[in-house]
Amino acid sequence: MIVELGHFALILALVAAVLQGSLPMIGAARGNHAWMELARPAALTQLLLVVFAFSALTHAYVTSDFSVANVVENSHSAKPLLYKITGVWGNHEGSMLLWILILAAFGSAVAVFGGNLPPSLRARVLGVQAWIGIGFILFTLFTSNPFLRVFPAPLDGQDLNPLLQDPGLAFHPPMLYAGYVGFSIAFSFAIAALIEGKVDAAWARWVRPWTLLAWSFLTGGIALGSWWAYYELGWGGWWFWDPVENVSFMPWLLGTALLHSAIVVEKRNALKVWTILLAILTFSLSLIGTFVVRSGVLTSVHAFATDPERGFFILILLAVTIGGSLILFAIRAPALKAGGLFAPISREGAMVINNLFLAAACATVFLGTLYPLILEMLTDGRQKVSVGPPFFNATFVPLMVPLVFLMAVGPMLPWKRGDLAGALGRLKLAALAAVTAAGLAYYLQSGGPVLAVGAIGVAAWLFVGALVEWTDRVKLFRVPLADSWHRARNLPRAAHGMTLAHSGLAIVMAGMIGSSVWKTEVVTNLMPGETIEVAGYSLLFDGVSSQAGPNYQADRARFTVTREGEEIAVLFPEKRIYQVRSMPTTEAAIRTTLLADLYAVIGDSDGQGGWTVRVYHEPLVPWIWLGCFVMVAGGLTSLSDRRLRVGAPRRRRKDQAASRPAAA
Amino acid sequence: MTRKRRRLYIVVAVLLVFGSATGLVLIALDDSLDLFQSPSQLIASPPPPERGIRLGGLVEEGTVLRATDGLSVSFRITDGAQSVPVNYQGILPDLFREGQGVITLGKMSPEGTFVAREVLAKHDENYLPREVVDALKESGQWREGMGGTE
Repeated sequence: MIVELGHFALILALVAAVLQGSLPMIGAARGNHAWMELARPAALTQLLLVVFAFSALTHAYVTSDFSVANVVENSHSAKPLLYKITGVWGNHEGSMLLWILILAAFGSAVAVFGGNLPPSLRARVLGVQAWIGIGFILFTLFTSNPFLRVFPAPLDGQDLNPLLQDPGLAFHPPMLYAGYVGFSIAFSFAIAALIEGKVDAAWARWVRPWTLLAWSFLTGGIALGSWWAYYELGWGGWWFWDPVENVSFMPWLLGTALLHSAIVVEKRNALKVWTILLAILTFSLSLIGTFVVRSGVLTSVHAFATDPERGFFILILLAVTIGGSLILFAIRAPALKAGGLFAPISREGAMVINNLFLAAACATVFLGTLYPLILEMLTDGRQKVSVGPPFFNATFVPLMVPLVFLMAVGPMLPWKRGDLAGALGRLKLAALAAVTAAGLAYYLQSGGPVLAVGAIGVAAWLFVGALVEWTDRVKLFRVPLADSWHRARNLPRAAHGMTLAHSGLAIVMAGMIGSSVWKTEVVTNLMPGETIEVAGYSLLFDGVSSQAGPNYQADRARFTVTREGEEIAVLFPEKRIYQVRSMPTTEAAIRTTLLADLYAVIGDSDGQGGWTVRVYHEPLVPWIWLGCFVMVAGGLTSLSDRRLRVGAPRRRRKDQAASRPAAA
Repeated sequence: MTRKRRRLYIVVAVLLVFGSATGLVLIALDDSLDLFQSPSQLIASPPPPERGIRLGGLVEEGTVLRATDGLSVSFRITDGAQSVPVNYQGILPDLFREGQGVITLGKMSPEGTFVAREVLAKHDENYLPREVVDALKESGQWREGMGGTE
């Protein structure tokens, strides 16, 4: 019964979305205030109904209602409660419902917090948001309905793919979706602005917090996914340039560009047309990200199911959304007034360069991801290729290094016209840090590729450069500490946010370089009682024992780790068989210090008491996630800036005087 | 600084960045692509030894041999019509089994053995890589219900 009510609620949500997408739009065109105002209650109603539908499905999962086809296919009564709940979105249909839920939540957030938006803009933003909702709800109802029943109901379910039964992956999809869907707000604002024919600094100020929020979620989502891949897949790698990863990374690259170009619109009223285009493209890539992978066009773990009807619907949806918005852009964009002028060496100029590099990097990832598909279509299926990490290392990485190098310089330049020599002069300390870090890396790792040593230098350059910019602002050590503290408190939150985000990226970069270049790997066959040596650690293999989990059987190995004769840890890597799907998985055992990870995995038994064992030592790998965390913290700090808070009163004069160098 | 001047600067910057990106892509596409081949294709027209290949098919029943060091494995990959011997050193993926669809990445040795540096089996027991499905269809060995995506 509850399931049917959930189904019905989703249909009602569609009705609410249709209302929200039509009347307020007409109202905005005709200046009918009452019709415009309908958008807000409609958005809230839609959210309530979707929440109900989602809860109904969750209820079916938690109570293991095996008369629902979706629950049968993806759950099992013996599954731990956490994975019963996360199983709701661990499949195609449920994940679509989650997407709709997040979309409706973002729409309602605009309705609630958008009190000071001009009524016509608000009505149009909510209207566009509702159009996206209509597309998704229709798609779910017609091709991916999670509420369908089976008769007769089976006794038990088929269980969730064991790889997905993991805390890291449990929260990865909601985060990632919040990121993808968050960009829908920027998109709706862009479309609404095109319809209104007006983009100004105020518009950018309204768009920025939503973009920041989406960006923070997406950064967190990607980091969680990569962390999961690292410890769950058992290969010791954290990024594989797999299509699934790439499609989440592309909106991140363009979203980052959007974040920066929106600042230029806000501060200088320039780059407006470009910013609108970026908003459209970022969300388009989010859509492609959801669909291209889900539809199985690009095969991967995440391709839950494929059926031609879905594929067709998806193509139509993509064509209408992306094609329609680009056509609207082509028609309306020329009418937007051009903004302020700036010299090439200026903050604006730096942002343009940032955008160029990010867009070019995104284009190479796009090409690398879709090239196999394009080639196959062009050659009628005769030529099948795959584009692997070497391609991305050869294209993406060279584009990122100059960008990161310039990232330290950009924030030093003032708006309109900058002084490059002056900015570089302030970066002396960063240059010193770069040389020191590179030298240290060279010395500690006894050589290693010159490029990697150089890249470590660039990471240090960025890290110290970002800090120097901040310390210059608060005049650390140049005025009494209390004064600096006062200055720091008066600095806009966005300035702190930028420092955090930029230095976070430097940390991530160091982690990436360290773990890929200086990784050591030992693969061998061990008998119990034997020892292996990896990077100064010795691992004594104590043997393998059988363990029973709630819904799996495990072979658990025990390793005693010693360093210089002293026992420092015991590692328990496992190999599990999940009974319902009779599917084996590998559970790595990881011992982490903040500087490096020791990572152990067991393979198969050779039948004579020996086991295949793989051990990695990965320097700096924890920094990747630490850095991502710092970046997200930067995003959220920036988000809390009062100037970005929609509805915040205008800043007081005093604050403005204290933060004279404009915030980034 | 006039509007025209600024536009010129931007155009130059765009050309520089996107030009170098295009250059990088063209170079990379030339030498870092792995070509998918089925065993039949590989035997019909052996590729140059430095060419990266993705060889896909089913692990032939009864051909998996593990060396005494516990690490080296040899097996044959078949599309039903032809089969190719494969050597691999390392841990096999969890779902590697005889009769299972796999994709191996590596190069052809002059002796006619495929030396794999990576073996991929997908994360689901019903899953067959799409390339393998196509290869099986081509050799006429495809049966409905073998699973996989189309």
